[in-house]
Amino acid sequence: MSAVAEAPLAAAPADARKAGDWLLIATAILLCVWVLLPIYLLIVNALSSPEQVTAFPKRFFPSFDLGSLSFFINFAGVARALWNSVLVATLTMILAIGLGAPAGYALSRFDFPGKGTFRFLVLMTRAFPLPLLALPLAVMFIRTGLDDTAIGLALVHTTLALPFAVLITFSLFSGIPVELEEAAWTLGCTRWQAFRKVILPLALPGIAASAVFAFTISWNEVFAAAVLTIENRTLTAFLLQSLGESPLYLKFAGGAALVVPALIFIFAVRKYLFAMWGIANR
Amino acid sequence: MAEIAIKGVAKRFGGFTALHQVDLTISDQEFMVLLGASGCGKTTLLRIVAGLETPSQGEVWIGGRRVDHLPPRDRGIAMVFQNYAVFPHLTVFENIAFGLRMKKLPQQEVERRVNRTAELMHIEQLLKRYSGQLSGGQRQRVAVARALTMEPDVILMDEPLSNLDALLRLEMRAELKGVLAASKTTTIYVTHDQVEAMSLADRIAVMHQGRIVQAASPVEVYRNPAARFVGSFIGSPPMNFIPATKAENGDWTVAGLTLSGPKSDRQKLEFAIRPEDVDAGDKGLQATVRVIEPLGPHTLVTCDVEGGLFRAILDSDAGVKVGDHLRLAPKPDRIRWFDPETSNAL
Repeated sequence: MSAVAEAPLAAAPADARKAGDWLLIATAILLCVWVLLPIYLLIVNALSSPEQVTAFPKRFFPSFDLGSLSFFINFAGVARALWNSVLVATLTMILAIGLGAPAGYALSRFDFPGKGTFRFLVLMTRAFPLPLLALPLAVMFIRTGLDDTAIGLALVHTTLALPFAVLITFSLFSGIPVELEEAAWTLGCTRWQAFRKVILPLALPGIAASAVFAFTISWNEVFAAAVLTIENRTLTAFLLQSLGESPLYLKFAGGAALVVPALIFIFAVRKYLFAMWGIANR
Repeated sequence: MAEIAIKGVAKRFGGFTALHQVDLTISDQEFMVLLGASGCGKTTLLRIVAGLETPSQGEVWIGGRRVDHLPPRDRGIAMVFQNYAVFPHLTVFENIAFGLRMKKLPQQEVERRVNRTAELMHIEQLLKRYSGQLSGGQRQRVAVARALTMEPDVILMDEPLSNLDALLRLEMRAELKGVLAASKTTTIYVTHDQVEAMSLADRIAVMHQGRIVQAASPVEVYRNPAARFVGSFIGSPPMNFIPATKAENGDWTVAGLTLSGPKSDRQKLEFAIRPEDVDAGDKGLQATVRVIEPLGPHTLVTCDVEGGLFRAILDSDAGVKVGDHLRLAPKPDRIRWFDPETSNAL
């Protein structure tokens, strides 16, 4: 008797768990489609010939025709914009790590008044909408002669990348036991020697990841680039300006040229980004 | 030759005082253990000697040289950390050689010294490995070898055995004692483990709430605790304390027993005795047996004496049962008296 009575009771939680599992799986699939579908369409079309892009019905697999891409590469101004993008992104990377890594080290190793406030304010800079700053910045840049220069744009991109550089290197240095540094001091190192011989080799992969992330932020940024440059446009700003009225296949090729490098960069450094956000790397 | 002198060292962290005016002298080649519960300031004191922490006031002298303004590298010390701090990006060889390379010794000399200490610590076969490929005990050996190979005047050890399992700890303890005695360095060793302290130390400095309560030989600390805290902290089970009241003739009454104690103006004192220093007989402290724990060689008996807990270590053949009323006779030369106001020994 009791066995009969227990069976439905036991089944009910199992059903609920099963329903929960399905909900989880469905949500995960939905989110994946949300992210992956546009990337899929972008790549399929970028790798198709111009005729296929405008044709209907669409193909599921690209024909690996490089017509669109080669047209895009040879499009007037693209090479120069690409060079500008790389230049600005490299400058941003150097500035963001040069300023951010020491700040991250200081946050992880020293107690100083206003430490919490500093961490908060660093993050708050991201809450400031760039369009709000764009006009005053443009005016200031024109006055100081920084407008339409790679270094000027890199400075703006550095302010965007800096919070991430600080926070990633902060978590990176915090993960290295302070005893390693102290042991180096007792073994004859100055503070700088201990950093160079012990901390830096251990932190280097993470610092490189943080540098790549800074590079990507600059690579992807379009608003400041569009407002602050005219002749020396970066790729994003150039595409925004010139692709509005260009044919569809050119837009796809341009989009892919922007998205794919960024995707590869982020994929390469995902471990460190996860670490920064406190998600286990699994 | 490296005598260490700590003179009036105090350390405050904000409003919290970690060390109050500590004075301690450690003679050349002495093995000094700083013993205390966590938060008593023993690690802070060690780190001040190492130069990893600056004292709020006071002076630190090593080998006749004032060092409290010097960075760790100029103090002639080597340190072994609780979590070993073996550099993960270097091989065992390069870990041990690290300090020698900083001194820019010639390669030949580096190899000679590394190989010698590696042999001493029995890690010759590990020299090519990385820290990730070592067990906790092996890492510990690397950390000690790295300190020894510097041939320092002073070795500082911060709970070096506490992360090892019990059996390994026992083995390493004996080994450390031999190696450090042979190296002729002055050692300061921090631990919360009284057995470790007893077995290693030439002298133990018992610390409590940022003060050194007693600094003496292990036997002295055990037999003649300078303060109530020392008696209650050292020994397992710890010392028993029973209130004593003054009798008419200046003697003291303790749980139905009259004893001639120290002369004092106080009306009340504390009588103290170690658990192994009582015998069951027909005269002595009135005790009611609560718990009996046979331990093999002897039996641990927990009793009620004057409404408080009293532990006695009796012979296994004593034949006591729960509920028995015993008379526990203290050995007269082992009785200690404490002032209840100051907690100090009389």
